[in-house]
Amino acid sequence: MTAPRDNMDPERLRGLYRVMLRIRAFEEAAEAAQKDGHVPGGIHQSIGQEAIAAGVCANLERSDLLTSNHRGHGHTLAKGADPTAMMRELFGKAGGTCQGKGGSMHIADFDIGMLGANGVVAAGILIAVGAAHALKLRGEARVVACFFGDGAVNRGPFLEGLNWAAAHRLAVLFVCEDNGFAATTRTAALTAGPGIMARAESLGVAARGVDGNDVVAVDDVTGALMAELRAGSGPRLLHARTYRLAGHTTADAGGYRSAEEVAARAKDEPIGRCRAALLGLGVAAADLDTIEGAATREMTDAVADSVAAPWPAPELAFTDVQDIGAPLWGAP
Amino acid sequence: MSEITYLEAGRDALAEEMRRDATVWAVGEDLGRGGVFGQYQGLVEEFGPERIVDTPISEAAIMGAAIGAALAGTRPVVEMRFSDFALCAQDELVNQAAKARYMFGGQARVPMVVRQPMGLWRSSAAQHSQSLENWWVHIPGLVVVAPATPADNKGLLKAAIRCDDPVVYLEHKDLWRASGEVPDDGEPVSIGAARLAREGTDVTVVAWSRMVGVAEQAAALLAADGVAAEVIDLRSLWPWDRDAVFASVRKTGRLLVVQESVKVGGFGAEVAATIGEEAADALKAPIRRLGAPRVPIPYSRPLEDLCRVSPEAIAAAVADMVRG
Repeated sequence: MTAPRDNMDPERLRGLYRVMLRIRAFEEAAEAAQKDGHVPGGIHQSIGQEAIAAGVCANLERSDLLTSNHRGHGHTLAKGADPTAMMRELFGKAGGTCQGKGGSMHIADFDIGMLGANGVVAAGILIAVGAAHALKLRGEARVVACFFGDGAVNRGPFLEGLNWAAAHRLAVLFVCEDNGFAATTRTAALTAGPGIMARAESLGVAARGVDGNDVVAVDDVTGALMAELRAGSGPRLLHARTYRLAGHTTADAGGYRSAEEVAARAKDEPIGRCRAALLGLGVAAADLDTIEGAATREMTDAVADSVAAPWPAPELAFTDVQDIGAPLWGAP
Repeated sequence: MSEITYLEAGRDALAEEMRRDATVWAVGEDLGRGGVFGQYQGLVEEFGPERIVDTPISEAAIMGAAIGAALAGTRPVVEMRFSDFALCAQDELVNQAAKARYMFGGQARVPMVVRQPMGLWRSSAAQHSQSLENWWVHIPGLVVVAPATPADNKGLLKAAIRCDDPVVYLEHKDLWRASGEVPDDGEPVSIGAARLAREGTDVTVVAWSRMVGVAEQAAALLAADGVAAEVIDLRSLWPWDRDAVFASVRKTGRLLVVQESVKVGGFGAEVAATIGEEAADALKAPIRRLGAPRVPIPYSRPLEDLCRVSPEAIAAAVADMVRG
């Protein structure tokens, strides 16, 4: 059960609840659209992990920057992206966030400081560090949030990026969403040592752990870490423990774990916990149902819009490669 | 005009661009003490450690951080120390830098320069001698530049820094001490335009980087035998100046492409195939290529020399072509 603080503002919690529901509704709508043949590429859902995106991004300003990974719909929505443009991107249609040229794994929205999802595990860590380095060089007070999974801590950029951020005292919040699985292998089975936080601490990056399915706790701990970051502390790491209820991709049947395990962990999922907390704060069930209905409708509408949207103009295959030495339309 | 070295030309280009644009900065190992070859000497004194940034030996982080910094509105100049070490940062260069603009639908630019000192130099052996220009040419999104002279190392580096897309900038280690006349006007050299290094009528020799000077030496040998070789310095490999090569081949009727890198699968094959596809009617003799054998670069001097294309080898190939 999510335990709200004594001074928890029901309005803030209601806002977090709404963000989580929108993420869930977006990904469920995308999966349904994929089954209907509208989403040609793979998608990685974050069902069960929504509290981390919602709780962290609630502490970001629009001008703050964000890097994400392959499981990035939630981070992007929580940062403020337009779900209709995102859905069009998943469909590969005109008007997608990336004009249909990136798809789910490369969604970016620079207008809201979202510097890109990434198809390569851990790659966003170095980009986040560099963005923070640029902010420091330019004397800007903005911060960078960097989402990655537990699988990423076994790639070199985790070591190189955290070391760099600490050595240069950069304003990066590293957020490790630990869902227990590196693709379809249990991360613990192949990860040596005393854990992710210990790895960060060994590089001089102070770390805090949190129950990543407790949106209030994520919001609280992130708020504390952000206050340190904005005061010039240097980088911080948030280790958020969660569980991915969906497969690695929508094509993953999850044969590496039992249905009983998933069912047991589903009882702990963040949206239900948040709803119980809101009811405990005296918010009416009907009010919460209204929020849920609106989120579902918003994403159903995004799908309908995307079905009707045109394909990108064919010339777009040849644009935005590079200015000098750009390809000629139709030339090999 | 001033007489300066290739190394000084690169240093001056960076300094002038850093004075001109406060968002330009350099990042790499040992830059504060001047860089491994001295090509950053004196810059930290002028620009400070915030803009001449020392890094850990973390090539992936150097490259990756530069991408993030470019996306966030600055123009990083990345130093990879040796071209070979850029191989530690290939996800960052190939999957991230080269693709961000395209896969984000044009929302972002990655204006960064990746300096990769390359080539055979002083028995540096298998991990410090490679010329991998064809790797980068193969990646859409990258601009690939390989200057052969001090004047070009100044003008092309300035152009690379001003380019809004990622540029792989290949300086040749064996040219650092070469000196030559460099214009004082501080103007960039346009990327994509070849330079006519020597005019001739009998054969077109296409080269880049260190091989331009070697081809010029060969042309001097050939001139003594009454053969007039035209030497074209491509200067950049993507884009490469097809028009200049076509015009020259239409004039001479013969094409020899000379590269220091491994001949198999090299950029010379691209030049040769393009002429073969589109200008075969102009040829009086089969196209020839010279390059390194497909072996790792050996350490021992006489063995290393076996991997070098010499002026004599070029002259012999041309003599064959001209004799028919």
